Amino acid sequence: MKDNVTLERVRAGIDKRYRAERRFRLMGLMAVLVGLVFLLFFFSSIVSRGYTAFAQTQLQLDVTLDEKTLDPSGARDAEKLARANYRTVVRNALMAELGEVKGRKARKAILGLASNSAAFDLRDLVVANPDLIGTTQTLWVLADDEVDLYLKSDETAENYSGRMSEQQIAWVDSLREAGKLKLKFNKGFLTNGDSREPEQAGVLGAALGSFYMLIITLAVAFPVGVAASIYLEEFAPTNFFGMPRSAPLVGGLVLSLMTLPVVIIAGRASIKSVPPSIREAALGLGASHNQVVFHHVLPLAMPGMLTGAIIGMARALGESAPLLMIGMVAFIVDKPTSPLDSATALPVQIFLWFDIPERAFTERTSGAIIVLLLFLLAMNGTAVWLRKKFERRW
Amino acid sequence: MSTFTLILILLAMTAIAYGVARQRSVALAGVHTQTRKLHSLPGYYGAYTALWMLMPVALMLLVWGMAERSVIESNLIATLPQKYQIMEADELNLAINEIANLATGGITNIEQPDSATRSAADEFNRLTERSALYRTLLGFALAFGGFLFAWRRIRPEFRARNHVEFIVRGFLLACSMVAILTTIGILLSVIFEAIRFFGMVPLTDFLFGLQWSPQTAIRSDQVGSSGSFGAIPLFTGTLLIAGIAMLVATPVGLMTAIYLSEYASKRFRSFAKPALEVLAGIPTVVYGFFAVVTVGPLIADTAAMVGLDVTQGAALGVGLVMGIMIIPFVSSLSDDVINAVPQAMRDGSYGLGATQSETIRRVVIPAALPGIVGGILLALSRAIGETMIVVMAAGLSANLTANPLESVTTVTAQIVNLLVGDQEFDSAKTLAAFALGLVLFVSTLILNIIALNVVRRYREQYA
Repeated sequence: MKDNVTLERVRAGIDKRYRAERRFRLMGLMAVLVGLVFLLFFFSSIVSRGYTAFAQTQLQLDVTLDEKTLDPSGARDAEKLARANYRTVVRNALMAELGEVKGRKARKAILGLASNSAAFDLRDLVVANPDLIGTTQTLWVLADDEVDLYLKSDETAENYSGRMSEQQIAWVDSLREAGKLKLKFNKGFLTNGDSREPEQAGVLGAALGSFYMLIITLAVAFPVGVAASIYLEEFAPTNFFGMPRSAPLVGGLVLSLMTLPVVIIAGRASIKSVPPSIREAALGLGASHNQVVFHHVLPLAMPGMLTGAIIGMARALGESAPLLMIGMVAFIVDKPTSPLDSATALPVQIFLWFDIPERAFTERTSGAIIVLLLFLLAMNGTAVWLRKKFERRW
Repeated sequence: MSTFTLILILLAMTAIAYGVARQRSVALAGVHTQTRKLHSLPGYYGAYTALWMLMPVALMLLVWGMAERSVIESNLIATLPQKYQIMEADELNLAINEIANLATGGITNIEQPDSATRSAADEFNRLTERSALYRTLLGFALAFGGFLFAWRRIRPEFRARNHVEFIVRGFLLACSMVAILTTIGILLSVIFEAIRFFGMVPLTDFLFGLQWSPQTAIRSDQVGSSGSFGAIPLFTGTLLIAGIAMLVATPVGLMTAIYLSEYASKRFRSFAKPALEVLAGIPTVVYGFFAVVTVGPLIADTAAMVGLDVTQGAALGVGLVMGIMIIPFVSSLSDDVINAVPQAMRDGSYGLGATQSETIRRVVIPAALPGIVGGILLALSRAIGETMIVVMAAGLSANLTANPLESVTTVTAQIVNLLVGDQEFDSAKTLAAFALGLVLFVSTLILNIIALNVVRRYREQYA
């Protein structure tokens, strides 16, 4: 009889307990989904903001390379050609398309449709081939960032809220109807340095800066990290300065430098995973401890160390706060050609563009983030691939 | 001879020394008896000689490089005319810099150097040349001396391998000290600058003051010239943002770890775990951008619907994004400790009729609690030290408030704010950054020590 009472009580509560079980399980699933959904939301937000940075509005111009404007003397002197007034040529081309305008303001407005790089492009073209003077060329030049924003806002069905005047918008509309405005792949974004003009700003300068920085980091952190992990794993006395090696103080100090600890931890782990049988075999054949380490353990542990180094590098690539402090936040147009040139890094470039209020730069920022994330993906992918390829189960 | 050529020549000489010494050891052993008579392999004799050749020179070049300028300057000052001898120290420094720039063809402020400056510059050049000459001579002498020393010690019974291995071990030790020594160096410099700061601003004002406005005026008669350095608003701001982050990260991270280690199928786990770890790999500058451009407006719009007013850079948005960033830390650390709980404890609980969730809540979690707490503390120290997100998304005005809808500033954001840009390095404003850095360092260190201790005590229990 007594057993039945217990059983009754268990049965009475069982539905409730199962419901609690399901609730708990659901909560766990929700927690995982929160993370995953955020990840999705994050990537879609960045990509939807940034993909437009990879296309840029270009403007087709029939440029008359007027001899009177460009080379009144007719001498074709390279130096004079380089300093001639190409802005007038660009403006004339635009006016030929859209009709004459009068007044300083209107003339400035019509020239403002094209990026100021249009004049520079023309100059480069003419200096390279002076024979073109006197002819009419059909060229695609960069449009101004406001024109670009206007076209893109149309594409994404948003309202344009830029700084163009009504007249300018009317011009842009007529240009577009004539098929003279097109969104083309934005090569400059991948090949230019920084610029104050959004339509000309690119990430290459920052990417090169990051690249040189990573090389230096690798050259310093990898050898030192590998040597340190060998020492700590193979030779270090169990007492380090009188305190145990596992003391949080020592560990905390070692961990404080950025990339080095990642390399050291990965290095120690991969040295540890080399089986003792290999060590013992070498020792048995008369090798010294150093020889065992450098001839056998190190080559076998190398893939693991490389993986750790790549992951450490990926961390370093994304790091920006220390760079802010040391003053790597300057506006630098030139692309660096060696590690000694001043440069920014990709994350710093993102931070710099983020700080600029101009709207066209928001899109650039997202674009640069996409580039940075692609780099990180590639590096981490390489690390995973290396680990898969060389991982050995002893 | 330039440093670069000197090093190249020395390296070439070292390579030759290696080969010659190796040959000598083989020859000493006697051609017919082969190298069996030698204590070490012939290469070790070569390496020993090469090391003896290179190391003294390397050491000398290092010391020379550090001391050269000051020795040249003190020699130069002795030859300068009377007007320089009576100058103040920093004025003299400036003058010598001008002379050095003039001598090396750098940029100077002197448009038409007078004859005294010109001859001083010539003297500077002469001293530099002489220094380079002495350095080259000394370098070769040292290299040769080292070589001779090692050469004469080469005998069949000489334990070259042991010597080489000793040096290699010394190199390895030096490498493992790099990280520790740099950290100590950083810490010491922070401590000394902080002490200088506390010389200007009393410690109690800093730790308990309620007003933070570090803008010191350039002239002493300007308004607000003193600046006030009460760091309490920064501490509360940091704690507010980190607290919001932990409110997000702790439940989500913990439940994620529980679900993935106890419930999820192998396939789901193998997909979800790396996907969540991507969150930890995203650069913080990207999170900062995201917090400002997407999350901030989202929160402002939502709050506007229920009639609340949210300021730009509200603590809520910043904390939310930061919390999401540290979810993977909490979850992977908790995952480890949950997996370390012995299966026998679960089986015992199931045997008594408990459901899975009851087992988890009453057996697994209590058993894993120390490890989980340790993980949460580690995540907290990361949240406190996080910089980029707050620099970009949080405000700079130090509000003493606990309202998450208002903008607050943090210790890290202020450090960046104080150190970025041009400023003198002895003003209270700049030094304040070091005091803040010291506080940050000490608090995260304490958190880490507690966390590691908690984790370790737990591990010992079940190992």
